[in-house]
Amino acid sequence: MNDSPVLRVRNLTRRFAAGVVLKSLDLTIERGEFVALLGRSGSGKTTLLRTLAGLDEVSEGDVQVSPESTVVYQEPRLFPWKRVWHNVALGVRTPDARRRAEAALGEVELAHRLNAWPLTLSGGEAQRVALARALIREPELLLLDEPFASLDALTRTRMQGLVGDLWARHRPAVLLVTHDIDEALLLADRVLVLSEGRLEADLRVDLPRPRDDGETRFVHLRRTLRTALGVTDKQAIAA
Amino acid sequence: MLDAVLAQGSRIGLGGNARTTTGQVAPRPRRALHLHLGSMRRLVSPLLLLAVWQAASSTGLVSAQTLASPLQIMLTARDLLNDGTLTHNLAVSLVRAGVGLGLAIVIGVSLALVAGLSRIGEDLVDAPIQMLRTIPVLALVPMFILWFGIGEMPKILLVTLGATFPIYLNLYKGIRAIDPKLLEAARTLGLTHGETVRHVILPGALPDLLVGLRFSVGISWLMLVVAEQVNANAGIGHMMMDAEDFLRTDIILVGMLVYALFGLASDQGVRLLERRLLVWRPQAHRRG
Ligand SMILES: Nc1ncnc2c1ncn2[C@@H]1O[C@H](COP(=O)(O)OP(=O)(O)OP(=O)(O)O)[C@@H](O)[C@H]1O
Ligand SMILES: [Mg+2]
Repeated sequence: MNDSPVLRVRNLTRRFAAGVVLKSLDLTIERGEFVALLGRSGSGKTTLLRTLAGLDEVSEGDVQVSPESTVVYQEPRLFPWKRVWHNVALGVRTPDARRRAEAALGEVELAHRLNAWPLTLSGGEAQRVALARALIREPELLLLDEPFASLDALTRTRMQGLVGDLWARHRPAVLLVTHDIDEALLLADRVLVLSEGRLEADLRVDLPRPRDDGETRFVHLRRTLRTALGVTDKQAIAA
Repeated sequence: MLDAVLAQGSRIGLGGNARTTTGQVAPRPRRALHLHLGSMRRLVSPLLLLAVWQAASSTGLVSAQTLASPLQIMLTARDLLNDGTLTHNLAVSLVRAGVGLGLAIVIGVSLALVAGLSRIGEDLVDAPIQMLRTIPVLALVPMFILWFGIGEMPKILLVTLGATFPIYLNLYKGIRAIDPKLLEAARTLGLTHGETVRHVILPGALPDLLVGLRFSVGISWLMLVVAEQVNANAGIGHMMMDAEDFLRTDIILVGMLVYALFGLASDQGVRLLERRLLVWRPQAHRRG
């Protein structure tokens, strides 16, 4: 296996008419590394992710991303006219695409919904299909843009567990964009904070898995991240 | 005979009411019965109208030259069927409508694909079509007769012309309205351009195409009525114009009835197609 990073960004700057969103940003993600990206709303997380996914052209700076990377968005973005298994198998160019799609759906606990139409799925089910669709491509880098944001708290917790398991099993590098500090600390090896167009914090989370959000070091990291995000404990309690 | 049908209808209605008021029927069947009663009630006024019409004709209040009686229309329809007149003219009309509509589908779909899938195509195709569509198609009838004479050609082409616009306009709109987020997903999944067209754009625009098809089918019949009445030696429209010369209002009305029936049938056909092709839509599940 080769040891080069799956993602290397040098000096990336992105401007919109309204101003600079990313300011000569640097980022490297190693193989199999789980990285969470925090940042306030409007700080440019989605902009960065879209650039990494090749959906936004790079005009200033240098971006190298493994070609085997794929995205799961905040909304599932399934094709409503394809059955669930077909959504997953679409674009997979091996003769056993269907069997692999079924296996991937089994991994996200949707083996019983293979032939369902996407519009009949619940929000959590649809998002799991989107996850299976990413998984079947065996990506080296999985880009997740707030994939659980629109789910209820209970479903979100289950999905976090599922993503943790899938990562442990398949070991892709992951870049997870999220608003949720605890989610980042539960899942990631490294937590980044994007602020003012730069990565203000780059924290290593050396806690054993599965993690306990009441543990002293967890609590400590949480406080550090809150400060980096400009959230005081009082504000968090008020909210 | 009509009176008998009417009487039977009201008897069923009364019987049903009596049962529901006794409260002996379980709630679920009662609702079904209620629905049934509702559709029966909707038949009452048309049937009443028919009865009044028949009465007015029978008593001589309305002469057969003004408006033939319903009974006379039925008898005439039977005669026209028996001597083959109706079947022959109907076949001619159906072929014209079918060929015209078929051509319209081929042309409309091709143009919409060209205009919808490429920028150059949009500029080359959409602009002229948007201009052409402002011309009332029926205003072209004299032109078509001048250009194509009085054979089958102008009739089929008139149908085609009228039916192409709804197909084109709806499919083009459908292609352009595909959710950009789905197109982005197709890109991140590594679909080729061809795969994106086949698996994302075309199925996504299919509902709009079917809406266009439904309009087109309606317009086909409309164009046919006009084309066949202006100049034809066969077809339902011709049969009606012929009857006009002999003040045969019964035949004219049979012609109208046939147009109505086929208009209805083709509309139902498209609806059926929609239900079959759009099973993925939750509404389609419920309606079907
Ligand atoms: N296509 C665009 N044109 C102009 N401005 C844009 C465009 N896309 C994003 N922006 C601006 O760039 C900034 C960053 O947006 P972005 O969507 O990356 O934020 P985000 O961190 O993902 O926010 P959120 O957490 O709310 O999703 C915002 O101020 C936004 O208005
Ligand atoms: Mg965002």
